[in-house]
Amino acid sequence: MSSWELALDSFFNLSVARDVLPTILKACWLTVYLSLFIIVTGIACGLALALLRAFGIRSVNFFIVLYADFFRTVPPLVLICLLYFGLPGAGLSISGFACAWLALSLILAAYSEESFWAGIAATNRGQWEAGRSTGLTKFQTLLHIILPQAAKVAIAPLTSRTIAIAKGTSYASVVAVPEILGAAQSELSVTYNATPLVMAAVAYCIIFIPVVAAGRYIEQRFQWSAR
Amino acid sequence: MSFASQFLNLEILAGAWPILLLGAKSTLLFSLVGIPLAVVTGLVLALLSFSRSRTLFALQRVWVDLFRALPPLVLVVLLYSGLPFAGVELTPFAAVTLTFILNLGAYFCEVFRAGLSSVPRGQSEAARSTGMTGPQTLVYVLLPQATRNVLPELISNVIEGVKLSTIGAVVAMPELLFQARQAQNLTFNATPIFAAAMIYFIALLPFVRLLSTLENSVSSGRGGKPLSAGH
Repeated sequence: MSSWELALDSFFNLSVARDVLPTILKACWLTVYLSLFIIVTGIACGLALALLRAFGIRSVNFFIVLYADFFRTVPPLVLICLLYFGLPGAGLSISGFACAWLALSLILAAYSEESFWAGIAATNRGQWEAGRSTGLTKFQTLLHIILPQAAKVAIAPLTSRTIAIAKGTSYASVVAVPEILGAAQSELSVTYNATPLVMAAVAYCIIFIPVVAAGRYIEQRFQWSAR
Repeated sequence: MSFASQFLNLEILAGAWPILLLGAKSTLLFSLVGIPLAVVTGLVLALLSFSRSRTLFALQRVWVDLFRALPPLVLVVLLYSGLPFAGVELTPFAAVTLTFILNLGAYFCEVFRAGLSSVPRGQSEAARSTGMTGPQTLVYVLLPQATRNVLPELISNVIEGVKLSTIGAVVAMPELLFQARQAQNLTFNATPIFAAAMIYFIALLPFVRLLSTLENSVSSGRGGKPLSAGH
């Protein structure tokens, strides 16, 4: 075999690809729904924290800021390993999937809290006063007047962060979750061929290039209209 | 076993400390190599995006979109476990460095591109009319303004870069997470990983605080472009 044929055989081997395809497709599904789980819980918790912070209770806000700082500085892979290798020893058994979901949701909640909070803080004080003077309660003002404006400011930074964290589902491969990368790595060791890895890379591109393009569009759109 | 003895066991911490320090040093050294390389790559790519050549422009666009879509962990595994099939054996250090250049470089490119587009055209025209050459205009007039405009995004990317170096653990590069995992394997206790998390937290906290301050002053000031990266 020439070196060209050898490369073709180890990276684009059709018979390996045929065998591995069902596994990779199943893994794609796992990656997508793990990502969706994380996005829903992460953004919901982040929003709740930002709203809580808007009430200006000092002792509570101290812990919210500490929470956000901690989860924005600790790398996702460290957090996933900490939960996966630590919790069983403390008497809590937890699956790799649950670890990845929990760790990445905690991180996304921290970043989205910061984004929503930046939006709330940037909203003109007059908006608060106007809302309160029409007889709305503090919470009603926050929900119906401040939040819609804050969300508009938050959406651009939130989009790129959310995409980044969805890609972070690949870290789950380290704790034995058979998502795209994990599945490809185990197939690599079975077939002793690099084709599954190439398929994994292609699968990520198919899933995430449209998401990145949509993200770019959203970022640009909300960058201008929000100002 | 209780939480305290599993996550905050001082005896185990004392034993693991020298290894953790070694790992922290290695993470710091790697960050000092990998991040500047990514910054330079991003800057060059950003300049290509203003190029009149269609080929160079297309190259830049494909690079950025491809490596923003591909998770860095996939990239490093592909380089480290995939390339040997083509007869190319990379050291862990080389594989992680290359991943930084490809992935983090793409994110820095987006930031510099936003920064350079935010500088008014007249600045470059004025600089050229005073007799400055193209490169002089770039270095003395455009880049300082561009950098100032996207400073929060640049800092954010540096923080993400330090955190990204943990992918080295997967390819046996002896950085902080790898060393913590080794210690955890030997002791069957998660204290070393918790200590590693605290080291990242303490080391990066000043940067995150600085970022929050900058972002708040930016959102009340000139209207920032939230274009920061993450991986």
